[in-house]
Amino acid sequence: MTKTIAEINEKIREGKAVVVTAEEIIDLVKEKGTKQAAQEVDVVTTGTFGPMCSSGAYFNIGHSKPRTKLGGGRAYLNDVPAYTGLAAADLFIGANALPDDDPRNRVHPGEFNYGGGHVIEELVAGRDIRLSATAYGTDCYPRKKLETWINIKDLNEAVLFNIRNAYQNYNVAANASNKIIYTYMGVLKPNLGNINYATAGQLSPLLNDPYYKTIGIGTRIFLGGGIGYVAWHGTQHNPNVPRSENGVPRESAGTLAVIGDLKQMEPRWLVGTSMLGYGCTITVGIGVPIPILSEEILTYTTVTDDEILAAVIDYGGPYQNLKAGALGEVSYGQLKSGRVVIQGKEVPTASLSSYPRAVEIATTLKDWIISSRFQLTEPVAPLPDVESGVNFKPLKERPVKD
Amino acid sequence: MVVSKRIVLHFPRRMGDRPIIYRLIKDYDLEFNILKALITPEDEGLMILALSGEQENYDKGIKYLTKNGVRIQALSQDVTRNEERCTHCGACVTICPTGAFRLDHATRLISFDHEKCVACGICIKACPPRAMEVHF
Repeated sequence: MTKTIAEINEKIREGKAVVVTAEEIIDLVKEKGTKQAAQEVDVVTTGTFGPMCSSGAYFNIGHSKPRTKLGGGRAYLNDVPAYTGLAAADLFIGANALPDDDPRNRVHPGEFNYGGGHVIEELVAGRDIRLSATAYGTDCYPRKKLETWINIKDLNEAVLFNIRNAYQNYNVAANASNKIIYTYMGVLKPNLGNINYATAGQLSPLLNDPYYKTIGIGTRIFLGGGIGYVAWHGTQHNPNVPRSENGVPRESAGTLAVIGDLKQMEPRWLVGTSMLGYGCTITVGIGVPIPILSEEILTYTTVTDDEILAAVIDYGGPYQNLKAGALGEVSYGQLKSGRVVIQGKEVPTASLSSYPRAVEIATTLKDWIISSRFQLTEPVAPLPDVESGVNFKPLKERPVKD
Repeated sequence: MVVSKRIVLHFPRRMGDRPIIYRLIKDYDLEFNILKALITPEDEGLMILALSGEQENYDKGIKYLTKNGVRIQALSQDVTRNEERCTHCGACVTICPTGAFRLDHATRLISFDHEKCVACGICIKACPPRAMEVHF
Protein backbone atom coordinates (compact mmCIF):
# COMPACT_ATOMS: atom_id res chain seq x y z
CA MET A 1 0.00 0.00 0.00
CA THR A 2 1.38 3.37 -0.94
CA LYS A 3 -0.23 6.79 -1.25
CA THR A 4 0.99 10.08 -2.66
CA ILE A 5 0.73 13.51 -1.11
CA ALA A 6 -1.35 14.59 -4.14
CA GLU A 7 -3.86 11.82 -3.42
CA ILE A 8 -4.03 12.81 0.24
CA ASN A 9 -4.56 16.46 -0.74
CA GLU A 10 -7.41 15.43 -3.01
CA LYS A 11 -9.09 13.72 -0.03
CA ILE A 12 -8.44 16.83 2.11
CA ARG A 13 -10.12 18.99 -0.53
CA GLU A 14 -13.14 16.69 -0.58
CA GLY A 15 -13.29 16.75 3.21
CA LYS A 16 -12.69 12.99 3.31
CA ALA A 17 -9.19 12.82 4.78
CA VAL A 18 -8.74 10.64 7.84
CA VAL A 19 -6.49 12.47 10.30
CA VAL A 20 -5.39 11.42 13.79
CA THR A 21 -2.79 12.75 16.22
CA ALA A 22 0.48 10.97 16.98
CA GLU A 23 -1.07 10.04 20.33
CA GLU A 24 -4.30 8.65 18.86
CA ILE A 25 -2.49 6.59 16.21
CA ILE A 26 -0.89 4.42 18.91
CA ASP A 27 -4.17 2.86 20.07
CA LEU A 28 -5.65 2.86 16.58
CA VAL A 29 -2.85 0.67 15.25
CA LYS A 30 -3.11 -1.63 18.28
CA GLU A 31 -6.78 -2.06 17.47
CA LYS A 32 -6.69 -2.33 13.68
CA GLY A 33 -3.19 -3.45 12.85
CA THR A 34 -0.61 -1.62 10.77
CA LYS A 35 -1.89 -2.71 7.37
CA GLN A 36 -5.49 -1.60 7.82
CA ALA A 37 -4.51 1.57 9.69
CA ALA A 38 -2.10 2.55 6.91
CA GLN A 39 -4.92 2.17 4.39
CA GLU A 40 -7.40 4.18 6.43
CA VAL A 41 -5.28 6.96 7.91
CA ASP A 42 -4.03 9.74 5.64
CA VAL A 43 -2.25 12.07 8.02
CA VAL A 44 -0.82 11.86 11.53
CA THR A 45 -0.37 15.22 13.25
CA THR A 46 2.37 15.99 15.77
CA GLY A 47 2.98 18.88 18.15
CA THR A 48 5.49 20.40 20.50
CA PHE A 49 5.47 23.49 22.73
CA GLY A 50 8.72 24.28 24.48
CA PRO A 51 11.39 26.95 24.88
CA MET A 52 13.32 27.24 21.59
CA CYS A 53 16.19 29.68 21.90
CA SER A 54 17.34 30.04 18.30
CA SER A 55 14.20 31.90 17.33
CA GLY A 56 13.69 35.41 16.09
CA ALA A 57 11.73 37.67 13.78
CA TYR A 58 12.46 40.19 11.09
CA PHE A 59 10.46 43.24 10.07
CA ASN A 60 10.32 45.98 7.53
CA ILE A 61 9.06 49.10 9.30
CA GLY A 62 8.53 51.27 6.19
CA HIS A 63 10.47 54.45 5.44
CA SER A 64 10.34 57.45 7.72
CA LYS A 65 10.06 61.01 6.40
CA PRO A 66 12.83 62.13 6.06
CA ARG A 67 14.43 58.76 5.47
CA THR A 68 16.49 56.96 8.14
CA LYS A 69 19.09 54.30 7.40
CA LEU A 70 18.79 51.82 10.28
CA GLY A 71 21.46 49.63 8.67
CA GLY A 72 24.72 50.19 10.50
CA GLY A 73 22.98 52.21 13.19
CA ARG A 74 21.42 51.09 16.45
CA ALA A 75 17.81 50.13 17.11
CA TYR A 76 15.87 49.09 20.19
CA LEU A 77 12.41 47.60 20.50
CA ASN A 78 11.04 48.24 24.01
CA ASP A 79 14.71 48.77 25.01
CA VAL A 80 15.73 45.37 23.63
CA PRO A 81 18.42 45.70 20.95
CA ALA A 82 17.49 44.63 17.43
CA TYR A 83 20.00 43.70 14.73
CA THR A 84 20.62 46.50 12.22
CA GLY A 85 23.13 44.92 9.86
CA LEU A 86 20.55 44.96 7.08
CA ALA A 87 19.09 47.60 4.78
CA ALA A 88 17.52 50.92 5.79
CA ALA A 89 14.15 49.77 7.10
CA ASP A 90 14.79 46.13 8.04
CA LEU A 91 15.35 44.84 11.58
CA PHE A 92 15.87 41.43 13.12
CA ILE A 93 15.25 40.62 16.76
CA GLY A 94 16.43 37.44 18.44
CA ALA A 95 14.60 35.76 21.31
CA ASN A 96 17.67 35.91 23.58
CA ALA A 97 18.32 39.65 23.18
CA LEU A 98 18.39 41.63 26.45
CA PRO A 99 18.08 45.33 27.23
CA ASP A 100 21.50 46.98 27.60
CA ASP A 101 20.67 47.87 31.21
CA ASP A 102 19.46 44.42 32.23
CA PRO A 103 21.61 43.40 35.21
CA ARG A 104 22.01 39.93 33.69
CA ASN A 105 23.84 37.66 36.15
CA ARG A 106 25.58 40.43 38.08
CA VAL A 107 23.38 39.37 40.97
CA HIS A 108 23.22 35.65 40.45
CA PRO A 109 20.82 34.15 39.51
CA GLY A 110 19.58 36.93 37.22
CA GLU A 111 15.83 37.13 36.65
CA PHE A 112 15.75 37.93 32.91
CA ASN A 113 12.18 39.16 33.00
CA TYR A 114 12.07 40.82 29.58
CA GLY A 115 13.93 40.16 26.35
CA GLY A 116 13.55 39.56 22.63
CA GLY A 117 11.11 36.68 23.09
CA HIS A 118 8.81 38.96 25.08
CA VAL A 119 9.00 41.66 22.37
CA ILE A 120 7.91 39.09 19.78
CA GLU A 121 5.05 37.93 22.01
CA GLU A 122 3.84 41.51 22.58
CA LEU A 123 4.12 42.35 18.90
CA VAL A 124 2.05 39.28 17.96
CA ALA A 125 -0.47 40.26 20.63
CA GLY A 126 -0.99 43.51 18.70
CA ARG A 127 0.52 45.76 21.36
CA ASP A 128 2.40 48.90 20.38
CA ILE A 129 6.18 48.53 20.60
CA ARG A 130 8.51 51.49 21.14
CA LEU A 131 11.21 51.77 18.47
CA SER A 132 14.21 53.95 19.34
CA ALA A 133 16.92 54.16 16.73
CA THR A 134 19.98 56.18 15.92
CA ALA A 135 21.57 56.33 12.48
CA TYR A 136 24.69 57.97 11.11
CA GLY A 137 22.95 59.93 8.35
CA THR A 138 23.78 59.88 4.66
CA ASP A 139 22.99 62.13 1.70
CA CYS A 140 20.08 59.89 0.76
CA TYR A 141 19.06 58.90 4.34
CA PRO A 142 19.69 62.08 6.34
CA ARG A 143 17.79 61.41 9.55
CA LYS A 144 19.84 60.48 12.61
CA LYS A 145 17.20 59.82 15.25
CA LEU A 146 13.93 57.96 15.25
CA GLU A 147 11.53 57.47 18.18
CA THR A 148 8.17 55.99 17.37
CA TRP A 149 5.53 53.46 18.35
CA ILE A 150 5.20 50.64 15.88
CA ASN A 151 2.46 48.05 15.58
CA ILE A 152 2.49 44.74 13.75
CA LYS A 153 -0.49 45.73 11.63
CA ASP A 154 1.47 48.66 10.14
CA LEU A 155 4.67 46.74 9.37
CA ASN A 156 5.26 45.80 5.73
CA GLU A 157 6.52 42.38 6.68
CA ALA A 158 6.74 40.69 10.05
CA VAL A 159 8.21 37.24 9.71
CA LEU A 160 9.09 34.67 12.35
CA PHE A 161 12.33 32.99 11.31
CA ASN A 162 13.68 30.43 13.75
CA ILE A 163 16.97 28.90 12.76
CA ARG A 164 16.83 25.96 15.17
CA ASN A 165 13.58 24.57 16.52
CA ALA A 166 11.84 21.27 17.23
CA TYR A 167 14.88 19.31 18.39
CA GLN A 168 14.59 15.60 17.69
CA ASN A 169 15.09 14.32 21.25
CA TYR A 170 17.15 16.20 23.82
CA ASN A 171 19.37 15.85 26.86
CA VAL A 172 17.69 15.07 30.13
CA ALA A 173 19.26 17.40 32.68
CA ALA A 174 20.50 16.58 36.17
CA ASN A 175 23.04 18.05 38.55
CA ALA A 176 25.42 15.71 40.38
CA SER A 177 27.46 18.56 41.90
CA ASN A 178 26.90 19.74 45.45
CA LYS A 179 25.48 23.16 44.64
CA ILE A 180 22.30 24.40 43.00
CA ILE A 181 22.71 25.50 39.37
CA TYR A 182 20.57 27.68 37.12
CA THR A 183 20.55 26.48 33.52
CA TYR A 184 18.63 26.67 30.27
CA MET A 185 17.19 23.35 31.47
CA GLY A 186 15.75 25.07 34.54
CA VAL A 187 16.79 25.13 38.17
CA LEU A 188 18.75 21.96 38.97
CA LYS A 189 19.07 21.03 42.62
CA PRO A 190 22.34 19.57 43.91
CA ASN A 191 23.14 15.88 44.40
CA LEU A 192 20.63 14.75 41.75
CA GLY A 193 17.82 16.64 43.50
CA ASN A 194 15.67 16.82 40.38
CA ILE A 195 15.67 16.03 36.68
CA ASN A 196 14.27 18.17 33.86
CA TYR A 197 13.43 17.05 30.35
CA ALA A 198 12.37 19.01 27.31
CA THR A 199 10.56 17.30 24.46
CA ALA A 200 6.97 16.25 23.89
CA GLY A 201 8.12 12.62 23.45
CA GLN A 202 5.65 10.56 21.45
CA LEU A 203 3.97 13.70 20.05
CA SER A 204 7.17 15.45 19.00
CA PRO A 205 7.46 16.06 15.22
CA LEU A 206 10.88 14.61 14.40
CA LEU A 207 10.49 11.67 16.80
CA ASN A 208 7.58 10.53 14.61
CA ASP A 209 9.61 10.76 11.40
CA PRO A 210 13.01 9.67 12.69
CA TYR A 211 14.71 9.35 9.29
CA TYR A 212 13.15 12.55 7.80
CA LYS A 213 11.28 10.54 5.17
CA THR A 214 8.38 13.00 4.89
CA ILE A 215 9.50 16.21 6.63
CA GLY A 216 11.70 18.28 4.33
CA ILE A 217 12.32 21.76 3.04
CA GLY A 218 8.98 23.30 2.12
CA THR A 219 6.86 21.19 4.48
CA ARG A 220 3.88 23.28 5.55
CA ILE A 221 3.43 23.29 9.33
CA PHE A 222 1.57 24.79 12.29
CA LEU A 223 3.84 27.56 13.54
CA GLY A 224 3.01 29.86 16.43
CA GLY A 225 -0.72 29.40 15.93
CA GLY A 226 -0.54 30.16 12.21
CA ILE A 227 0.87 28.54 9.12
CA GLY A 228 4.59 28.26 8.53
CA TYR A 229 7.08 26.24 6.56
CA VAL A 230 10.23 24.25 7.10
CA ALA A 231 12.86 26.54 5.59
CA TRP A 232 15.97 24.41 5.98
CA HIS A 233 17.46 21.96 8.41
CA GLY A 234 18.09 23.72 11.70
CA THR A 235 21.52 24.65 12.98
CA GLN A 236 23.28 21.84 14.86
CA HIS A 237 21.28 19.30 12.79
CA ASN A 238 23.01 16.05 13.64
CA PRO A 239 21.39 13.01 12.04
CA ASN A 240 24.26 10.62 12.61
CA VAL A 241 23.76 9.73 16.30
CA PRO A 242 23.10 6.39 18.06
CA ARG A 243 19.55 5.25 17.37
CA SER A 244 17.25 2.59 18.82
CA GLU A 245 15.99 -0.26 16.63
CA ASN A 246 12.88 1.81 15.84
CA GLY A 247 15.14 4.47 14.33
CA VAL A 248 14.58 6.98 17.13
CA PRO A 249 17.74 8.89 18.12
CA ARG A 250 18.88 8.30 21.68
CA GLU A 251 20.23 11.81 22.02
CA SER A 252 19.61 15.20 20.43
CA ALA A 253 19.74 14.82 16.64
CA GLY A 254 17.77 16.53 13.88
CA THR A 255 16.50 20.12 14.02
CA LEU A 256 14.33 22.36 11.85
CA ALA A 257 14.66 25.93 10.67
CA VAL A 258 11.15 27.31 10.29
CA ILE A 259 9.60 30.44 8.85
CA GLY A 260 6.15 32.00 8.74
CA ASP A 261 4.12 35.19 8.58
CA LEU A 262 4.04 36.57 12.14
CA LYS A 263 0.90 38.57 11.37
CA GLN A 264 -1.30 35.45 11.40
CA MET A 265 0.24 33.96 14.54
CA GLU A 266 -1.07 34.15 18.11
CA PRO A 267 0.57 35.06 21.43
CA ARG A 268 -0.80 31.85 22.96
CA TRP A 269 1.75 29.97 20.83
CA LEU A 270 4.71 32.37 21.08
CA VAL A 271 5.33 32.98 24.76
CA GLY A 272 8.17 35.16 26.05
CA THR A 273 10.08 32.99 28.50
CA SER A 274 12.57 33.64 31.31
CA MET A 275 15.06 31.05 32.52
CA LEU A 276 16.31 32.04 35.97
CA GLY A 277 20.06 32.63 35.94
CA TYR A 278 20.26 31.85 32.23
CA GLY A 279 18.41 34.35 30.06
CA CYS A 280 15.38 35.14 27.93
CA THR A 281 13.95 32.93 25.25
CA ILE A 282 10.63 32.15 23.62
CA THR A 283 8.35 29.15 23.90
CA VAL A 284 7.24 28.17 20.41
CA GLY A 285 4.35 26.00 19.26
CA ILE A 286 5.09 23.79 16.26
CA GLY A 287 3.01 21.05 14.69
CA VAL A 288 4.04 19.02 11.68
CA PRO A 289 1.70 16.82 9.64
CA ILE A 290 3.05 13.45 8.57
CA PRO A 291 1.47 12.03 5.42
CA ILE A 292 0.97 8.29 5.76
CA LEU A 293 2.50 7.31 2.43
CA SER A 294 3.34 3.75 3.43
CA GLU A 295 3.12 1.21 6.24
CA GLU A 296 6.71 2.01 7.12
CA ILE A 297 5.94 5.69 7.66
CA LEU A 298 2.88 4.77 9.69
CA THR A 299 4.97 2.48 11.90
CA TYR A 300 7.31 5.35 12.74
CA THR A 301 4.37 7.45 13.95
CA THR A 302 3.26 4.76 16.41
CA VAL A 303 6.31 5.31 18.59
CA THR A 304 5.40 5.53 22.30
CA ASP A 305 7.03 7.32 25.23
CA ASP A 306 8.31 3.97 26.50
CA GLU A 307 10.22 3.45 23.25
CA ILE A 308 11.96 6.83 23.22
CA LEU A 309 15.19 6.88 25.19
CA ALA A 310 17.24 9.88 26.23
CA ALA A 311 20.57 10.35 27.97
CA VAL A 312 20.69 11.93 31.44
CA ILE A 313 23.45 14.52 31.31
CA ASP A 314 25.19 16.02 34.35
CA TYR A 315 24.97 19.81 34.04
CA GLY A 316 26.93 20.15 37.28
CA GLY A 317 30.34 20.11 35.57
CA PRO A 318 30.79 17.60 32.72
CA TYR A 319 28.36 19.43 30.37
CA GLN A 320 30.26 22.70 30.69
CA ASN A 321 33.45 21.04 29.51
CA LEU A 322 31.95 19.04 26.67
CA LYS A 323 32.80 15.83 28.47
CA ALA A 324 31.16 12.80 26.93
CA GLY A 325 29.26 10.30 29.02
CA ALA A 326 25.86 10.21 30.62
CA LEU A 327 24.65 9.47 34.14
CA GLY A 328 22.24 6.99 32.62
CA GLU A 329 19.57 6.48 30.02
CA VAL A 330 15.83 6.74 30.65
CA SER A 331 12.64 6.50 28.61
CA TYR A 332 10.07 9.27 28.29
CA GLY A 333 7.60 6.84 29.85
CA GLN A 334 9.77 6.78 32.96
CA LEU A 335 10.31 10.55 32.87
CA LYS A 336 6.59 11.19 32.62
CA SER A 337 5.83 8.92 35.59
CA GLY A 338 7.28 11.69 37.77
CA ARG A 339 10.26 9.72 39.14
CA VAL A 340 13.27 7.97 37.68
CA VAL A 341 16.08 6.03 39.30
CA ILE A 342 19.53 7.41 38.50
CA GLN A 343 22.63 5.89 40.02
CA GLY A 344 20.49 4.15 42.62
CA LYS A 345 18.70 7.31 43.66
CA GLU A 346 15.02 8.00 43.03
CA VAL A 347 14.83 11.46 41.49
CA PRO A 348 11.67 13.54 40.83
CA THR A 349 11.24 14.72 37.24
CA ALA A 350 9.73 17.80 35.65
CA SER A 351 9.11 18.90 32.09
CA LEU A 352 10.02 22.20 30.45
CA SER A 353 7.85 21.47 27.45
CA SER A 354 4.06 21.55 27.84
CA TYR A 355 2.49 18.24 26.85
CA PRO A 356 -1.14 19.47 27.10
CA ARG A 357 -0.28 22.31 24.72
CA ALA A 358 1.48 19.85 22.37
CA VAL A 359 -1.76 17.83 22.31
CA GLU A 360 -3.68 21.04 21.57
CA ILE A 361 -1.37 21.81 18.64
CA ALA A 362 -1.66 18.32 17.15
CA THR A 363 -5.44 18.48 17.59
CA THR A 364 -5.70 21.96 16.06
CA LEU A 365 -3.66 20.89 13.04
CA LYS A 366 -5.85 17.81 12.71
CA ASP A 367 -8.97 20.01 12.73
CA TRP A 368 -7.46 22.33 10.11
CA ILE A 369 -6.78 19.38 7.79
CA ILE A 370 -10.15 17.69 8.35
CA SER A 371 -11.95 20.95 7.58
CA SER A 372 -9.92 21.40 4.35
CA ARG A 373 -8.22 24.56 5.65
CA PHE A 374 -4.74 23.09 5.49
CA GLN A 375 -3.23 21.19 2.55
CA LEU A 376 -0.02 19.22 2.69
CA THR A 377 3.02 20.22 0.63
CA GLU A 378 5.58 18.09 -1.14
CA PRO A 379 9.03 18.84 0.26
CA VAL A 380 11.18 20.50 -2.41
CA ALA A 381 14.35 18.94 -0.96
CA PRO A 382 15.00 16.46 1.86
CA LEU A 383 16.69 17.24 5.16
CA PRO A 384 20.23 15.86 5.50
CA ASP A 385 19.83 12.24 6.58
CA VAL A 386 22.02 9.67 8.29
CA GLU A 387 24.08 9.14 5.13
CA SER A 388 24.48 12.84 4.35
CA GLY A 389 27.75 13.19 6.21
CA VAL A 390 26.34 16.19 8.07
CA ASN A 391 27.79 16.28 11.58
CA PHE A 392 27.57 18.65 14.50
CA LYS A 393 31.16 19.63 15.24
CA PRO A 394 32.59 21.38 18.28
CA LEU A 395 34.45 24.65 17.79
CA LYS A 396 38.05 24.11 16.76
CA GLU A 397 39.77 26.94 18.60
CA ARG A 398 42.90 28.35 17.05
CA PRO A 399 44.72 30.78 19.32
CA VAL A 400 45.12 34.25 17.83
CA LYS A 401 48.66 35.56 18.12
CA ASP A 402 49.46 39.23 17.72
CA MET B 1 -21.11 30.86 59.14
CA VAL B 2 -17.92 28.95 58.37
CA VAL B 3 -14.75 30.95 57.82
CA SER B 4 -11.36 29.89 56.53
CA LYS B 5 -8.30 32.06 56.95
CA ARG B 6 -4.55 31.80 56.61
CA ILE B 7 -2.70 33.40 59.48
CA VAL B 8 0.83 33.76 60.78
CA LEU B 9 1.34 33.07 64.50
CA HIS B 10 4.34 34.46 66.37
CA PHE B 11 5.00 32.62 69.63
CA PRO B 12 7.03 34.40 72.29
CA ARG B 13 10.08 32.51 73.55
CA ARG B 14 8.62 31.42 76.86
CA MET B 15 5.72 29.51 75.33
CA GLY B 16 7.53 26.53 73.86
CA ASP B 17 6.35 24.21 76.64
CA ARG B 18 2.61 24.88 76.37
CA PRO B 19 0.17 22.95 74.13
CA ILE B 20 -1.36 26.08 72.57
CA ILE B 21 -2.48 24.57 69.28
CA TYR B 22 -3.93 21.52 71.03
CA ARG B 23 -6.14 23.74 73.21
CA LEU B 24 -7.08 25.94 70.24
CA ILE B 25 -8.34 22.98 68.27
CA LYS B 26 -9.93 21.06 71.11
CA ASP B 27 -11.66 23.92 72.94
CA TYR B 28 -12.83 25.89 69.90
CA ASP B 29 -13.54 23.07 67.44
CA LEU B 30 -11.44 24.54 64.63
CA GLU B 31 -9.87 22.72 61.71
CA PHE B 32 -6.26 23.51 61.04
CA ASN B 33 -3.58 22.79 58.51
CA ILE B 34 0.02 23.67 59.30
CA LEU B 35 1.53 25.33 56.24
CA LYS B 36 4.83 26.19 57.82
CA ALA B 37 6.36 25.89 61.28
CA LEU B 38 9.64 27.18 62.66
CA ILE B 39 10.15 26.23 66.27
CA THR B 40 13.58 26.64 67.82
CA PRO B 41 14.15 26.44 71.59
CA GLU B 42 14.83 29.82 73.20
CA ASP B 43 13.73 31.65 70.09
CA GLU B 44 10.50 33.14 68.81
CA GLY B 45 8.36 30.46 67.17
CA LEU B 46 6.56 30.99 63.90
CA MET B 47 3.70 29.04 62.45
CA ILE B 48 1.56 29.58 59.38
CA LEU B 49 -1.86 28.02 59.73
CA ALA B 50 -4.90 27.62 57.55
CA LEU B 51 -7.65 27.81 60.15
CA SER B 52 -11.32 27.17 59.53
CA GLY B 53 -14.49 26.76 61.57
CA GLU B 54 -17.62 28.59 62.67
CA GLN B 55 -17.08 32.36 62.78
CA GLU B 56 -17.99 32.46 66.47
CA ASN B 57 -15.52 29.73 67.38
CA TYR B 58 -12.87 31.26 65.13
CA ASP B 59 -13.17 34.62 66.87
CA LYS B 60 -13.01 32.98 70.31
CA GLY B 61 -9.97 30.96 69.23
CA ILE B 62 -8.12 34.03 68.04
CA LYS B 63 -8.98 35.76 71.31
CA TYR B 64 -7.57 32.78 73.23
CA LEU B 65 -4.32 32.98 71.23
CA THR B 66 -3.81 36.71 71.69
CA LYS B 67 -4.68 36.49 75.40
CA ASN B 68 -1.87 33.97 75.73
CA GLY B 69 0.67 36.25 74.09
CA VAL B 70 0.60 34.86 70.55
CA ARG B 71 0.94 37.67 68.04
CA ILE B 72 -1.28 37.15 65.00
CA GLN B 73 -0.80 38.48 61.52
CA ALA B 74 -2.78 37.86 58.37
CA LEU B 75 -0.66 35.98 55.81
CA SER B 76 0.69 39.05 54.08
CA GLN B 77 1.95 37.41 50.92
CA ASP B 78 -0.34 35.49 48.73
CA VAL B 79 0.82 33.57 45.69
CA THR B 80 -1.58 33.01 42.84
CA ARG B 81 -1.32 31.56 39.37
CA ASN B 82 -2.12 33.61 36.29
CA GLU B 83 -4.09 31.00 34.38
CA GLU B 84 -3.71 32.93 31.12
CA ARG B 85 0.09 32.74 31.29
CA CYS B 86 0.57 29.24 32.65
CA THR B 87 1.49 26.83 29.86
CA HIS B 88 1.40 23.73 32.09
CA CYS B 89 4.99 22.89 31.26
CA GLY B 90 5.64 21.58 34.76
CA ALA B 91 8.94 23.28 35.61
CA CYS B 92 7.47 24.23 39.01
CA VAL B 93 6.63 20.73 40.13
CA THR B 94 10.02 19.75 41.54
CA ILE B 95 10.94 23.29 42.63
CA CYS B 96 8.15 23.83 45.18
CA PRO B 97 9.30 22.78 48.68
CA THR B 98 5.77 22.00 49.88
CA GLY B 99 4.54 20.10 46.82
CA ALA B 100 1.82 22.65 46.01
CA PHE B 101 2.04 21.82 42.29
CA ARG B 102 0.77 18.47 41.16
CA LEU B 103 0.86 16.81 37.79
CA ASP B 104 -2.33 15.09 36.69
CA HIS B 105 -0.98 12.01 34.94
CA ALA B 106 -4.02 11.62 32.70
CA THR B 107 -4.28 15.16 31.36
CA ARG B 108 -0.65 16.22 32.00
CA LEU B 109 -2.06 19.47 33.44
CA ILE B 110 -0.45 21.02 36.50
CA SER B 111 -2.71 21.94 39.40
CA PHE B 112 -1.78 24.54 41.99
CA ASP B 113 -2.98 23.78 45.52
CA HIS B 114 -3.25 27.16 47.17
CA GLU B 115 -3.79 25.50 50.56
CA LYS B 116 -0.36 23.88 50.43
CA CYS B 117 1.39 27.09 49.37
CA VAL B 118 3.40 28.79 52.11
CA ALA B 119 4.12 31.84 49.95
CA CYS B 120 7.88 31.23 50.03
CA GLY B 121 8.09 32.66 46.52
CA ILE B 122 10.57 30.20 45.01
CA CYS B 123 8.25 29.47 42.07
CA ILE B 124 7.89 33.15 41.13
CA LYS B 125 11.25 33.38 39.38
CA ALA B 126 11.58 29.72 38.51
CA CYS B 127 8.43 29.77 36.37
CA PRO B 128 9.59 30.21 32.74
CA PRO B 129 6.51 32.13 31.48
CA ARG B 130 6.30 34.00 34.82
CA ALA B 131 2.79 32.80 35.52
CA MET B 132 3.16 32.77 39.33
CA GLU B 133 2.37 36.09 40.99
CA VAL B 134 2.92 37.29 44.50
CA HIS B 135 0.48 39.73 46.10
CA PHE B 136 1.14 41.69 49.23
